[in-house]
Amino acid sequence: MGVRADLVEEPLPPGDGGPGAEQHRNWLWQAVRESTQAKVGLGVLLFFIVIAILAPWIAPYDARTSVGPPFGPPSLQHPLGLDDGGIDMLSLLMHGGRSSIIVGFAATFVAMVIGGGIGIIAGYFGGWPDLGLMRVTDYFLVIPDLPFAIVVAAVWGPGLVHLVFVIALLLWTTTARIIRAQVKSVRERTYVKRARSLGASDLRIIVRHVLPQIGPLLIANTVLTAAIAIFDETALAFLGLGDPSAITWGNIIEFGFLRTAISAGAWWAIVPAGLCVAFVIMGCYWLGQSIEDALNPRLKVAYLSPRQFRVQALVTGRQDQP
Amino acid sequence: MSLLEVRDLNVWFDLPRGGRLHAVQGVGFTLEPGHRMGLVGESGCGKTTTVLALMGLLPPSALVSGEVLIDGRSVLVDGEQSAQLYRWKDIAMVFQGAMNALNPVKTVEAQILEPMAFHGIAEGAEAKRTAGELLELVGIPADAGSRYPHEFSGGMRQRAALAMALSCGPKVLLADEPTTALDVMVQAQILELLQRLTEELGLALVLVTHDLPVVAQVCEQAAVMYAGEIVETGSMDAIFHAPRHPYTRLLFAATPDLDGEEEVVSIPGAPPRLDHAIVGCPFRPRCDRAFGRCAEERPVLRAIDAGQSAACHLNDEPVGAEP
Amino acid sequence: MNHAITDGGPPLLEVEDLVVRYPVRRGLMGSLTRQPRRAVRAVEGVSFSLRRGEMLALVGESGCGKTTTALAAIRMLDPGSGSIRLEGQEITRLSQRALRPLRRRMQMIYQDPYESLDPRFRVRTAIEEPIAIHGVASSRTDRDRRVMEALARADLTPPELYADRYPHELSGGQRQRVAIAASLVLNPELLLADEPVSMLDVSVRAGLLTLLDRLRRTESMGVLMITHDLSTAAHFADRIAVMYLGRIVEHGPAREVVHDPKHPYTRALLSVVPKRDPRRSTTPQILRGETPDPIDIPPGCRFHPRCPIAEARCRTIDPELRGVAGAATGHDAACLLL
Repeated sequence: MGVRADLVEEPLPPGDGGPGAEQHRNWLWQAVRESTQAKVGLGVLLFFIVIAILAPWIAPYDARTSVGPPFGPPSLQHPLGLDDGGIDMLSLLMHGGRSSIIVGFAATFVAMVIGGGIGIIAGYFGGWPDLGLMRVTDYFLVIPDLPFAIVVAAVWGPGLVHLVFVIALLLWTTTARIIRAQVKSVRERTYVKRARSLGASDLRIIVRHVLPQIGPLLIANTVLTAAIAIFDETALAFLGLGDPSAITWGNIIEFGFLRTAISAGAWWAIVPAGLCVAFVIMGCYWLGQSIEDALNPRLKVAYLSPRQFRVQALVTGRQDQP
Repeated sequence: MSLLEVRDLNVWFDLPRGGRLHAVQGVGFTLEPGHRMGLVGESGCGKTTTVLALMGLLPPSALVSGEVLIDGRSVLVDGEQSAQLYRWKDIAMVFQGAMNALNPVKTVEAQILEPMAFHGIAEGAEAKRTAGELLELVGIPADAGSRYPHEFSGGMRQRAALAMALSCGPKVLLADEPTTALDVMVQAQILELLQRLTEELGLALVLVTHDLPVVAQVCEQAAVMYAGEIVETGSMDAIFHAPRHPYTRLLFAATPDLDGEEEVVSIPGAPPRLDHAIVGCPFRPRCDRAFGRCAEERPVLRAIDAGQSAACHLNDEPVGAEP
Repeated sequence: MNHAITDGGPPLLEVEDLVVRYPVRRGLMGSLTRQPRRAVRAVEGVSFSLRRGEMLALVGESGCGKTTTALAAIRMLDPGSGSIRLEGQEITRLSQRALRPLRRRMQMIYQDPYESLDPRFRVRTAIEEPIAIHGVASSRTDRDRRVMEALARADLTPPELYADRYPHELSGGQRQRVAIAASLVLNPELLLADEPVSMLDVSVRAGLLTLLDRLRRTESMGVLMITHDLSTAAHFADRIAVMYLGRIVEHGPAREVVHDPKHPYTRALLSVVPKRDPRRSTTPQILRGETPDPIDIPPGCRFHPRCPIAEARCRTIDPELRGVAGAATGHDAACLLL
């Protein structure tokens, strides 16, 4: 071709963008791997998830059989005591975790699908779809959560599946707004405009360009939404709007409360369940927040720290490495 | 004693994954009042870091050595403490993209008054009068000071940024790419303004840019930077008509010109990474006249003629000798 | 050095009396107080043509309408009125759907090499995308071959070295070449280059522009280049069209326009472009003020408020773009005083 081979310079070696390559492929996982907060959060979450999965096999006692007196205090055989029906609290917690986490994650999944879908459609297409969908979103946003949950639970009746949908209906709106904003901004990126100018179909652009770009945000949002979902499940169950026949952390607290565990001094019937919920939520938050922080490197406030560049004593002549 | 003297300035940055980046390597120059010097180079050559170092505006990850003397007094000797004494009062800077970094919720006048009050230069009615004079000096009607930055055009915002930089009466002005984002006509206005300011106020100007023709038009002398060091310095006339460093020559050859009829040619390759020590001449891989010595020995910036220096082994060879 | 193909057929691209206006929203208060409807008159009657193998530079300052003109010409924007013809075929009013097959023939290079490639796509994937969208490859091997060929045509050799890289592993100049390769892979006839080198280092620009120059000759493409840099236009383009406030004020062979400018705006513009040689600096003719808003275009000749030689009639009569006495054929200017 008559072009000197050295006319165009060598590309940089793979994976090593030199100082300043931020947005490379696995930057998210790398950032998470490097963050203590993320690792702790993930660790906590995995701990509870594993226990929840293995509950039927590793719970010391059956969660529906009485093995002692009501509100039996903690002992060697029953490290967390017994509930109002004489059932081993530890086993109850393990089974409860199962349902709570499943309900929480299921509700999150439904909320993400609805919210993400609406966000993508509104953000990408704009115009009338955006207007219409956002009005619907606003409508759901302003409905007060608790009365809404009470009404829906009253109308639909008890049941874990119903609970999942009630929670999902409460949660999808925030996701929709966040995803819509991000999709709108991605849509204006030059490479998306380029794909459109090539004649790419909307579906292709959404799947190949938009989704990967909002993926990390979706993940962060999912994790944070899961925290709220689990909290909502606990709260709704505590208020008696859950499924009384199921074993969830919320139910455990509810029964303990209703059956006067507090006046009986049986803290073990309420506190451990509450702590489990708290830890799972914290785990979700730590993980979700660190993903969010990784998404926005400019949040690192090094610019605001007081300037204190270091000075080295003058040495004549050029020095290469101090 | 020169107004501004920079001696053997070195800046290293700590890298997040360990190691250091040697961003500025042994930079030195002097500047007298009323003189305009161009600091020319492409992205990554260290010119912005150099002027930031002169202001003492380096991040905590930076390590500096060398001397910066204003009227004979050292600016950097005590780090931030000493830099603070001179910043804005003796030496001021217009940053890259300053016109887009003005505070949108403060009037232009307020933004000029702010540094004056902070540095104890003037306050109240007297300060307002000075601000008005400054605005007129940069070509903005004084009563426009009560407007907000978004009401100004790009050129006017750049003038406002200049007025802010001059508010505490500095003797040295550092301008980092002051006209890069501007249209060519507005650029001409701003360059004319910079020329007038140096003449009327006796300011010394360091104009940092990648645009050689801009420097040729405004400055009397220039320093060409490559890979963190100055590779050539001299009068504009000398470095264009008799460049002593291949990079200078090739950079001119890569710059299209309205008058020029010759072919415009790129420089092959890319600048070296500055996180490793460089053996030999940093420009060697891209140089069209490199020879044996260039791979082994690093050239030093040496005076060649009156007022012209270059860091190239070719200048040591007897005239007419083949490499 | 005109490499245009004059084969007697219609020009590759013909634009006639193009008008593009953006309405300025009045808002509720504006409607209530019956403020007159205003519009950003971005392009107000622009005509030009482009032949295969030719490079036309649209030059002007910001707000002159050069980008809008070019985007409208390749139907990335909807024109208000006027006629756009691609090799004789009217494309002014075609729907986006009808334009889709034509998109193969018109490609665009963007200004920002750091934004025009999806950071998650390898170079190979980025170049495959147009192939996949338009289904031009017959098999996987065919597709790979086309990708490698495109990389080679963009001077990224050996192609294997670049195909599996990510954009962040490449320099600005290399990314821009990848963008060019991705445009070439469909063998377009018309290439729109929007400030293709303004965000690249000076030492890299020439190589890229030379590549574009070579490509339009070897591939007989027509290249429409938008630039604010008159020096670049002078060196690489065949013809230059200088725009001001939505109109072409001067149009002609590049060398002619640069060495013998006829319109006072062109003259002023050329006089303020800095030159490399400090001995050759001319007295710049710096115009006062800045280009007015395209919303409030002055009556008569739109340049008259800033024109150093304006007369009384310039305030009322809007000059046409026509041939200038004493200039070469094809060198037009829009000034009453010529």
